[in-house]
Amino acid sequence: MKNQEAPQGEALREKVLAGYPAKLAKKRAPQLVVNHTHADGQVPPVKANVRTTPGIITQRGCCYAGCKGVVLGPTRDIVNLVHGPIGCSFYAWLTRRNQTRPPTAQDENFMTYCFSTDMQDENIVFGGEKKLRAAVQEAYDLFHPKAIGIFSTCPVGLIGDDVHAVAKEMKEKLGINIFGFSCEGYKGVSQSAGHHIANNQLFKHVIGLDDQAPEGKFKITMLGEYNIGGDAFVLEELLARCGFTLVATLSGNSTINQFERAHTADLNVVMCHRSINYVADMIEKKYGVPWFKVNFIGAKSTAKSLRKMAAFFDDAELAARVEQVIAEELAKVEAVAARIKPRCTGKTAMLFVGGSRAHHYQDLFAEIGMKTIAAGYEFAHRDDYEGRRVLSSITVDADSRNIEELEVEKDPKRYRKILSDEKRQKLASVNFEFNDYQGMMPQMDDETLVIDDINEQDTQRLLELCKPDIFCAGIKEKYSVQKHGIPCKQLHSYDYGGPYAGFQGAINFYQEIDRLINTRIWSFIEPPWEVAASPTLEATYERG
Amino acid sequence: MALLRHTNQPAVERQALTINPAKTCQPVGALYAALGVHNCLPHSHGSQGCCSYHRSVLTRHYKEPVMAATSSFTEGSSVFGGQSNLLAAIENIFTLYAPDIIAVHTTCLSETIGDDIPQIAAKAQNEGKIPAGKFVIHANTPSYVGSHVTGFANMTKSLVSYFAEKGPAKLRTVNVVPGWVEPADMREIKRIAALMGVEIILFPDTSDVLDAPQIGKHEFYPRGGVTVQALRKTGSSQATIALGPTASGSAALELEKKCEVEATMLELPIGLRATDAFIDALRRIAGVEVPQALKDERGRLMDVITDMHQYFYGKRVALWGDPDQLVSLAGFLADVDMQPVYTVTGTPGRAFEERLTRVLAGRVPGVRMRQGAQADMFLLHQWIKEQAVDLLVGNTYGKYIARDENIPLVRHGFPILDRVGHAYFPSVGYLGGIRMLEKILQALQDKQDRDCPEEAVELVM
Ligand code: SF4
Ligand code: SF4
Repeated sequence: MKNQEAPQGEALREKVLAGYPAKLAKKRAPQLVVNHTHADGQVPPVKANVRTTPGIITQRGCCYAGCKGVVLGPTRDIVNLVHGPIGCSFYAWLTRRNQTRPPTAQDENFMTYCFSTDMQDENIVFGGEKKLRAAVQEAYDLFHPKAIGIFSTCPVGLIGDDVHAVAKEMKEKLGINIFGFSCEGYKGVSQSAGHHIANNQLFKHVIGLDDQAPEGKFKITMLGEYNIGGDAFVLEELLARCGFTLVATLSGNSTINQFERAHTADLNVVMCHRSINYVADMIEKKYGVPWFKVNFIGAKSTAKSLRKMAAFFDDAELAARVEQVIAEELAKVEAVAARIKPRCTGKTAMLFVGGSRAHHYQDLFAEIGMKTIAAGYEFAHRDDYEGRRVLSSITVDADSRNIEELEVEKDPKRYRKILSDEKRQKLASVNFEFNDYQGMMPQMDDETLVIDDINEQDTQRLLELCKPDIFCAGIKEKYSVQKHGIPCKQLHSYDYGGPYAGFQGAINFYQEIDRLINTRIWSFIEPPWEVAASPTLEATYERG
Repeated sequence: MALLRHTNQPAVERQALTINPAKTCQPVGALYAALGVHNCLPHSHGSQGCCSYHRSVLTRHYKEPVMAATSSFTEGSSVFGGQSNLLAAIENIFTLYAPDIIAVHTTCLSETIGDDIPQIAAKAQNEGKIPAGKFVIHANTPSYVGSHVTGFANMTKSLVSYFAEKGPAKLRTVNVVPGWVEPADMREIKRIAALMGVEIILFPDTSDVLDAPQIGKHEFYPRGGVTVQALRKTGSSQATIALGPTASGSAALELEKKCEVEATMLELPIGLRATDAFIDALRRIAGVEVPQALKDERGRLMDVITDMHQYFYGKRVALWGDPDQLVSLAGFLADVDMQPVYTVTGTPGRAFEERLTRVLAGRVPGVRMRQGAQADMFLLHQWIKEQAVDLLVGNTYGKYIARDENIPLVRHGFPILDRVGHAYFPSVGYLGGIRMLEKILQALQDKQDRDCPEEAVELVM
């Protein structure tokens, strides 16, 4: 089935672009890039985080989805009230698979609930603030939550409802934390704008409210891990075994109180750079907590990340425990990889999803000998492709300008100089990168194809031209890919499988890819009577 | 531990807060209806998110590709209006995806702005952006009015407004508007009509679209869907049968108004007597006999009812979902002597309560029903906590109540995100009735087998 003469590099790029009429092809061209890493680590520029052309069948969702669904979705003890017509809240109801584990039956968990003001005609005409206020009151009376978040959907901004004023008023009245999000779906160009709005509000209204650090040594906060399919559970267990103390996760398996004391950690590690890097920067500026990028997807990356964290704390006992855990876990991982790798080596993968997974998951494929021949993000920015070195050269366009950039200053009381200049320098001398992310492309082979904001058209052409062995995307792409007879692995929801983080996750993923690629089911699609060299009847009908 | 650990009772009246809705928004219904038209690409005029959500929920429900485009509004379009976005979208869609029809539905955003779709479509036409013989049609689907069912009704009505033509002479055909049912149901309605020898035009028709076979090839526009030619002919048909007034009524009435094709309003043919009514109406309108094959199917359904009556009798049931589905289902359950005690639908409309009361005919003491604002699954769960039921019938979201309360759940309606079968096996017609009863019995009997005392386990049931 594999297409041996599949075009590559520029030839492939041109063939994909040839699917567009001239005007669109011109517009699209800077978003399709053939990868080439120069000696200094530089890669060609990718046009990213720009509007999707109207009429294009895109993977992307909206700002509200990024705000309510992604960032706040996994926090169990907050009532997330969606101000708008019913749909926006309905579709974000339990559909993102972020799991949570309340420690006892008494602990709050509102994640199974869907709250909406269900705006009607008259609310659109006469304004919806009154109804919103009443809904907040009703939610309070029924549940007495610690916090209520209010999310604006498209019509809200347009009719001029002031969700922040209502939040402030009700916060004063009820004495619990209530805050609003101006995350109308039309803001920005994708979910990414919503991540930013969500995180800004958490930074303004929640982080720093509780200075009580949890007991324990080597305190860290994990940023940009959303506990899809239980990833956070795996990592929590792993970190605990190594001896780290997890202060908070933003936001997988989280609670409001964890957010409130996130600043008490001594180190921030960033998983998904796209959705949260600015929070890491802001926390560092305000509270002094240093950050670096980690990756817990892939066994080697997990080991590398753990070692880096141990090195940061510079503690012999910690380092020894980390090494012991890595040794134990890698032994298990390698046993499975040894069985699966021969079955997958040389197979090809394409990954088009999200804002970090299209990068991270390449590690897992590499570990079982597979090649990533094309990849791209749904809502990432240039720095996620090319690395943070391009940050200063990113032009701010009209769509980004309306996403608030917070002015952050040192907190006179809470700022701690955690990392001495001397130690920072010492670490820097061993190539220890703080505040950095290299991006996806330097890790990819030359001549592979990078496509930003891929759409249905590109997807179909890639599948036809290259016939990859596996394609990774989301639910909207899943079945149109599989109709080609090519397995599609969802990397948003993991196809209701996983976890895929950490060492155990790597094992799960190898096995899952082995299943998808090496099953015989795809070979049954063609009925025997349509196969050219079909064997003749094996039994003859006996005529009596 | 409980999944819905904060659901408490008694039910206090709420005025503003909806919790765990028993409805969703108009555009998803319009999108679904438009998928039932051959070579048609649905288009969402608004921001990207709505379209992404609607495609996702339909994809999860069908495990099939669901294609639709969006106007991808930005902040600028929400200030200045979405005309330029829609014009660009129309041009791009016809060049890239080559549909015969673009079926535009609005969203809350474009409705609030007040974009005039016909005017924009006319402009597209004048600017040569619509190729000869191709169409841009539309339905207004603001979600702050009605529900997803309203959206389905509005787009179905638009099919009539845009395409139905009153021809010079009446044709033999009978129009059937199937309502928001599954591809399998649409296929079953066509099979029943074919058995009876009645030529019907079914619209919309999502069979062979959302149950497309795996053949190793992706068909961007699958084989199924009602054609424009067939839609044109609906204006010359003998009559229209609207199955389910909420979803199908407005299209049938529009045909009556526009082309003088007489409308017959029926309940969805789910269950024995609603199917009887459908078949009887077809028989009368087309002047045909009911064939033996259908009589046999009816007999087999009657056989299941009489054989297994003891397991139905007196069982208390809670239902949620869409008005048309609920009326027929509850009526069917009451006919086999179950007790559909609680029913909620978020879809507003007083007629629902009247219709439900009519089919229940006073046979369900203590019945509670609610429609519209705050008629949600939170309220339903509160009722269940007050007095339990034996069975839940509704969409996937019921599984959280089912697990917390240890009540068996029969999945029916939209969306079903966690099981397959609904796209392939009908619930309409006599065979559909047998399938519904089979599922109900299975759920009840499995629970009895699992939970009863060891000495009470029955080999034969
Ligand atoms: S804004 Fe979009 S998703 Fe939300 S209710 Fe309206 S149409 Fe539905
Ligand atoms: S209405 Fe706006 S906020 Fe709601 S889903 Fe659509 S794009 Fe997102």
